[in-house]
This record gives sequence, C-alpha cells and structure tokens, in this order.
Amino acid sequence: MPELPPEPPTVVPAAGVELAIEAVTPAPNAHDNDRSAKRRLGVMFWLSIAWIALVVGAAALADVLPLPDPTDPGIAVARSAPGEERVLGADSLGRDMLARTVHGARVSLIVGFSSIAAGLLIGGAIGVLAGYFRGRFETIVMGAMDVLLAFPALVLALALVSFLGPSIGTVTLAIATLSIAPIARIIRASTLTFAQREFVLAARTLGAKNRRIIVSEILPNVLPAALSFALVAVAVAIVSEGALAFLGLSVPAPEPTWGSMINEGRTLLEQAPHISFVPSGAMFLTVLSLNFAGDSLRSRFEVREGRL
Amino acid sequence: MRQFPDRRPAGEALLDVVDLKTHFVTERGLVRAVDCVTLSLERGQTLGIVGESGSGKTVLSRSIMGLLPRNARREGKVLFEGQDLVPLSARDLRDIWGAEIAVVFQDPMTSLNPVVKIGRQITETLRHHLRIDKDEADETAIALLTSVGIPEPKRRFNEYPHQLSGGMRQRVTIAIALSCGPKLLLADEPTTALDVTVQSQILDLLQAKQRERFMAMVLVTHDLGVVAGRTDEIAVMYAGRIVERAPTYTLFTEMRMPYTESLLASIPRIEHPSHTRLRAIPGRPPDLVNPPPGCTFAARCPYAQPRCEQEEPPLLPAPTPGHTFRCWYPVGTPEGREAFERNLAEGRPQTLAAAQAGPA
Amino acid sequence: MSARFLGKRLLQLLPVLFAVSALSFLLLNLLPGDPTIAILGPSATEENRAVLREELGLDDPLPVRYVNWVADSATGDLGRSYVSNQPTLEAIKQRLPVTLELLLLSQLLALVIAVPLAILAATKPNGVLDRVSTSTAFGFLAIPNFMLGVLLIYLFAVRFRIFPATGYTPFSENPAENLRSLALPAITLGVAELAVYLRLLRTDLIATLQEDYIAMAQAKGLPKAYILLRHALRPSTFSLVTVAGLNLGRLIGGTFVVEYLFALPGIGALTVESIFRRDYIVVQGTVLLVAVGYVLANFLVDLLYGILDPRVRHARVAA
Repeated sequence: MPELPPEPPTVVPAAGVELAIEAVTPAPNAHDNDRSAKRRLGVMFWLSIAWIALVVGAAALADVLPLPDPTDPGIAVARSAPGEERVLGADSLGRDMLARTVHGARVSLIVGFSSIAAGLLIGGAIGVLAGYFRGRFETIVMGAMDVLLAFPALVLALALVSFLGPSIGTVTLAIATLSIAPIARIIRASTLTFAQREFVLAARTLGAKNRRIIVSEILPNVLPAALSFALVAVAVAIVSEGALAFLGLSVPAPEPTWGSMINEGRTLLEQAPHISFVPSGAMFLTVLSLNFAGDSLRSRFEVREGRL
Repeated sequence: MRQFPDRRPAGEALLDVVDLKTHFVTERGLVRAVDCVTLSLERGQTLGIVGESGSGKTVLSRSIMGLLPRNARREGKVLFEGQDLVPLSARDLRDIWGAEIAVVFQDPMTSLNPVVKIGRQITETLRHHLRIDKDEADETAIALLTSVGIPEPKRRFNEYPHQLSGGMRQRVTIAIALSCGPKLLLADEPTTALDVTVQSQILDLLQAKQRERFMAMVLVTHDLGVVAGRTDEIAVMYAGRIVERAPTYTLFTEMRMPYTESLLASIPRIEHPSHTRLRAIPGRPPDLVNPPPGCTFAARCPYAQPRCEQEEPPLLPAPTPGHTFRCWYPVGTPEGREAFERNLAEGRPQTLAAAQAGPA
Repeated sequence: MSARFLGKRLLQLLPVLFAVSALSFLLLNLLPGDPTIAILGPSATEENRAVLREELGLDDPLPVRYVNWVADSATGDLGRSYVSNQPTLEAIKQRLPVTLELLLLSQLLALVIAVPLAILAATKPNGVLDRVSTSTAFGFLAIPNFMLGVLLIYLFAVRFRIFPATGYTPFSENPAENLRSLALPAITLGVAELAVYLRLLRTDLIATLQEDYIAMAQAKGLPKAYILLRHALRPSTFSLVTVAGLNLGRLIGGTFVVEYLFALPGIGALTVESIFRRDYIVVQGTVLLVAVGYVLANFLVDLLYGILDPRVRHARVAA
C-alpha cells in the first residue's frame, strides 16, 4: 500500500491567524533536530515572559500608575520627541505617549486574550468533537469551517463594526469569530492523531463512555500543545486588532490603541517619527515575546522521536 | 570502466578493524556504542555479526564505513585494503562509498527515496562513480535489475518504490549496492523488515551475488538463524563489545560465552513439545554511558560469579583456532559447570530460569 | 493524472462558493444604510427612491434576490455600482491586475530569498546561518504588515528617497515606474511570507535529511549538493507548496491594509471603499471573486501535490 503524505488541506487559512500558527507549528511529521538549543526553556524564553508580565502588569495597573490622562491634550508640547519633556514624548495633540502606550496595551491585551480564549473554547470544542466522532458530523462541521475560512476576514469585521458600532467588544467578537475556524482545524488535526492511538481504543474496549474518553484521554494530550500555540494566536490577535485599529475599525478615539496610534503618526513620519514608532516598538516586542514563548513551549511539549 | 585494482600485498585481509571505538557525545554523557572491536575479513568471506537491539551492531557497521552522525567520535583503525579509513576526509570516503564498500540497509521502504524513480536511484550511483553516459547507465541498471531477479525490469525502471513489494524493493537496494562492483558489502539486517517467506530468498540472493563477485560480506543481524548456514565466521556482540568470535560451525558446537548459549537457547525449535515455555534472557542491556564494572553481561548471566562483577574478562582463545571469547566461567568447561551448579543451589533467578525453561 | 479526479475536486469546492456568496449576501443586506440614498443623494424624494427600489429589485424577498443575483453572475453580470454606475465586472477587471501583480511580486520575492536560505540553513542545523536566519524570521513574523509598511515608507520614501510612498503606475505606461511603485508594498507583504516559508522549508528539510534514504544516498558516495537538491528538496516542499498556494488565494482578499497604506488601486481597496460607501453590489462581486480565488488556489495546490509526489498521483488513480 502506498503511504500517503499528509492529506492536502482543503481550507484556506484566514487572515494571518493560521499562517502564523503554521509557521511556528510545523506539519505533524516534521520534527526539529536542534536538541539542547530548544529543549530547555532558555534565557530568551524567560525574557519573553518577563516582557509579557511587564506589559500585562502595566496595563492592569494603568489607572493606578502615576500617569497623566492619555486623552488629555496639551499636557506637553505637541510632537515633542522622547526625552524632551515626557519620557516617551508627546503626540500631535500633545498627549503623553507613555500614558497612551500603556492604555493602548490594555486594549490590545484584552482583545488578544479574550478573543483567543473564546475562540479556543468554541473552536476547540468543535475541533475535538469533529476529530473524535468523525463521520458525517465532521464533514458538515468542517465544511462550515471551510466557508468561514473562505470568507474574506475584513468584510466580516467591517460588517460587524457597521452593525454594532466600533468598540472593544465588537473588535473582540470579530477576532474571536475569525479565530474559530483555524483553531478548530488545528485542534481537529491534533485530536485525530490521538483518537487513533491504541490507548483510546483500549479505553473504549474497557467500556468507557465517549464523554469520559474525551475528557480523560484526549483532552490532556491535546491541551498542552493547544495552549502553547494559543500564545502565538494571541500575538496574531493583537496584530489583527492593530490592523483594524489602523483602519479605524477598533475602539474609537480618543481612547488610544496601538494600531490607531500608529495610524495617527503615519503622516508625521518626517517631523515626529516617534509617534508611530513608540507604539510600533511596544507591539513588536509584545508580539515577538508571545511568539517566542509559544514556540518554546511547543518545542518542549512536542513528543520527540529518537533516531538511531 | 574504472578499475579498482587489488592494492593490498598478498596475504593481508581485505578488512582489518583494530580496536575500533565509537562514542557518541550526548547530554547524558559519552555513549560507548562500540567499545574496542577487532575483527578481520578476507575477500570472499562472510562475517556474521549477531546481537540484540542496542548491542551496537548497527553502529559498528556504520563505523566501519564512517557514516556516523555529527556527535560521534571514532578511535582505532579501520584498514580497508591496507588503507586506514578513519582519518580520511569526507571527500575521500565518498569515493569509496558505493564503489568499493556498499551497504544494504534494513528497511527498503525507507531506504529508497519515495519520490525518485527506481531507475534513477540505480543510475545515479553508476554515473557518479563510473562516469558513464546516460544510455549506458540505463542499460546497466536494467541488467542489474534482471540479475537480482526482478521481472519486467524495463517497466520497474520507471516506477516508484511504493509500486513494488517489500521483497522487490530490497532486491533493488541490493542491485544499487552491487552496481559499481564493490569489494565489501555491509548488509545491515537486510531481511528484518521483510516477510518470512521472502527472507530466505533475499539471503540466497545475497549469497549468490557474493560468490559470483567474490565479495567480502558482513551480515549484521539479531537472528542467529539468519547466520547459521550462511556465514564463515560469526562475531557475537554485546554492549558494544565482541564477546565471542568463532568460525560458524565451531560457534554452534563449541560455544563458550553464556550469552551465546542464551541466544541459541531462546530460539524456539520445532522439535520442542507444544507449550514449551519460551526461553527469554531476563533483564536488559546495560547503560552504555555508565557501564557496570566487570563483565557487562554479569547481571543477566546464569553462570555469573563474584569475580564476573569485578573483573572484566579479556578476550581469551579457545582450543579451536580462530575462536575467542570473553568469559571467566565459560560454557562447557568444568569451571562453568561448577559455577552453574553453585548458582542453581543458591537460587539465583537467572540460573533458575535457564534451567527450567525447556531443553536447550 | 486523472482529469476525472480533478473535476471531482472542483465540484467538491463549488458548494463553498455558494455558501460564501450566500452568507455575504445575507450579511451585506442586513447592514444598515439604504443604497437608494447613497445613489440618489440625501435630498432625493421618497417617490424617486421607491421607483429606484423597484428598479433594483430591492423590495423582493431575500432568497429571490439571491437567486437572481446568482443567475446574473453566471452570465457575467455582477450588477452595477450603486455609486458610480460602473458595471462591477468592469471595476474588478480594472483593479484585479494591480492586486495580482502585487501578490506575484511579493511571493516571488519571498520564495527567491527563502528557498536558498532555507537550504543553506538546513545543511548546518543550529549553525550560525541557521540561528541568525531563524531569529530574523521570528522578528519579521512579529512585525505586523501595517507597521512594516510605515517603517519602510519612513526609511525608503521619506529619509532616503528611493521609492515613492504612494501611488501606482500601470505596467503598460512605464514598467520601471510600475516596479518602483510596487516595490515597497511587495516588500511589506513579502517579508511576512518570507519568514513563514523560511521556517517551513528549513524545518521540513531538516526532517527530510534525517530520513533513511538520505543516509542511503550518502552511503552511495553521492556528493552533498546533489543529495540536497535532487533527493532532499522535493519531499520537503509539501508544506511550502500548500502554504504558498493557499496564500495566493487568501491574499486576494487580504491585501487591503497594504493597498490602503500605499494608495494602490487594487481589489482590497475596492472592497473596503465600497463597504464604506454602502456600495454592496460591488462588495458582493469582490467577495465572489475572493471565493473563486480560494477555490482556484485549493485546486492549484492539489494539482501541485500530484506533480510533486508520485504516491499521491497513483493513489488517486487507484481510488
């Protein structure tokens, strides 16, 4: 019998989410041979965690920290560079960049984590059920995921924002909806590899009910890998929020978000580049840290096949 | 065609392995996969290397070739036609690989590239080493396919590995190995991945080709049955060492090392009554990073005495010439028998197991 | 390769086309905003609007309208823009080449850099080149494309005036200018793809190089470069081909941010402009286009799989 390579996928990755995930989560039969380099969670991993903790902490404590009101214009000279008056400078309306960046972090993080949490819950459930029960159920459900994936993401987001008005909730809903399909697909693939293994067959032979098998055999295996790419997914969600904010579809002004700040600074690149670059830098570091942490965890949880 | 003249002075062996050591540098420490192995082989001879998984037999064959991963360290000498292969550069080794020393791997499904046609997998070796043109290479390849017993060779030439059965695929790898007329063939478990019915066909083929071409052959296997009628000499490996070496007939009739005896005893025989308990060797091979002191087989040996766990037995000669072994209390000797009785009286589990389970 | 199999695949993908277009039809028609106002202006009378509504069939029930739309689309009539009255098909025809060229250039850029780099990196896993390129790839992956676009504009258009910040010159007018105007957008898009391809190919290559048949090829004495290119590369490209192929399909709808940033008259820009202008007929058309792109991309990937991997080819014939 010819051995087939992994089945050609029949779905299109949605805007960014699955692609980034695929880049850092290689196909099931490809395994890294860099042994000690990635085996232990190294310095870089902890640095990433430290940065994430810093951002989360700052965002959570934003109201308590001694920062000026991010929406208050005229606190400083408009467009002043970092260091002149304020630590990170001021934007075109004289608002404090540090305060705006910290408050912007709040939006990014809330949207990022909650949208992926929702996506994991729904998409994960769909994926596990589809991968476990297979058959007609799987075909229908994955077909629906197909449609969702083929749908241009932007149109969906725009439609939602037009319906419900731009707000943090709308953006979260949009990104959560868009994340369901890629997450379902990945979790289904993961479930498939486990559901076919002997220990599941053994459990079933012992008379375990489906629900029990799913909860005590399948989930503990799927969950670690799922959680580690969830970190990467959060990074993608943050970027997506940034993109939507960039287009004016996220939380409206004067509430700062990193994407809208980057957009605001776009026309002032010559005179005051820091207006775009400060939020860019923050977003870059956060996304990088999330990517790195997620990838390190994934490397660690991956079952390694020995050679010779 | 390029000539490979026989360079060695008369009387010298084709392959002379002297004190070969192969260590792997790993996180846990140095894995001594091959620990001081010496053997030699003449043209036209077959050497069987027998051992269980983890004994180092595959690493040995790779070490002889020099095809080892990055973290491997080799010491000792591998003299091929008088030339030491160990210090050779990769480039020089590549001239020898495929042309003078050839390999047949264990699993033909994975040793053939699934996306490359069979024909090309043969002709590429031919064209690289012998520098012949495409047409001549194609013809030679088809002739080779015929000579290894593949029907419809022209058709198979253009097919892919997955279109052939397991046995046929192994014939193809044999064809590839033989293509440039090597002097030494290393067959690493060539039949393990095949159906039992096909196994003897393949072994017969190898033997026939060897005779035809007057090649030296090393047959690596875990199965004593494979080497029984097909080798001139057998070396038994355990934990990276050769623990017994003898001409084939001698090994089976005058074995000395208890490990060899256990191996032989573990083969189920058709003349045994039904429900005879299988005689397995209890325990597991030792840790190759931190091997225990003394004889490495002591922990599993039915004959072991205190001395075995302290002093490592050297390679000692046996009465029959060409027979060496490593044991303080060898099988078939008075010391050995005493040791066995002593252990039996003390109730040593390994000895009890050896005594109980069916006739040897 | 069996034409019948390919035909079957195509048929399997058709329902997706329908589902997507139906879904978007539903969605768009539930959105607030009256097209008649958009067309006739805010000062139009109720009467005129009613007449127009009648003409456009806006009062018919939704399913009927959808069926009509499908029937019309099949003949190539995608309606006329509410705003400009230009046939949607025309608008798409005008804008599509821009997006396609952008896509092509960005993918080319990504592949031309990623493939050789991945090959070199895989020959010495964890070597200097491997680690540097992996870290850089990571870095690139972390830069959102709108950010990168802004950065590139700052560097190459503002500071060092090499490329134009915005604007587009058609190829037919001036090839050199055309390439210049697409350079920064293509780099913006291509960089993220490059990172993905590099990682994918490098990982797959490293895995392939551990396979038995590579050791076998070495044992045959074949030179390293030959083994890399003729034995290792092809089996390693499966993931790459999948992602690259699907990218083409996906990106047709996803280039909006880049087009917006660099003011390129492409499909993405058309879609969003139309949404903002409540020009839903046009949006319907572009959504259909995206779905078609998706179908074609999937098809292309399947085709390529068959070409690259003979096992798949023969399994299909047998099946």
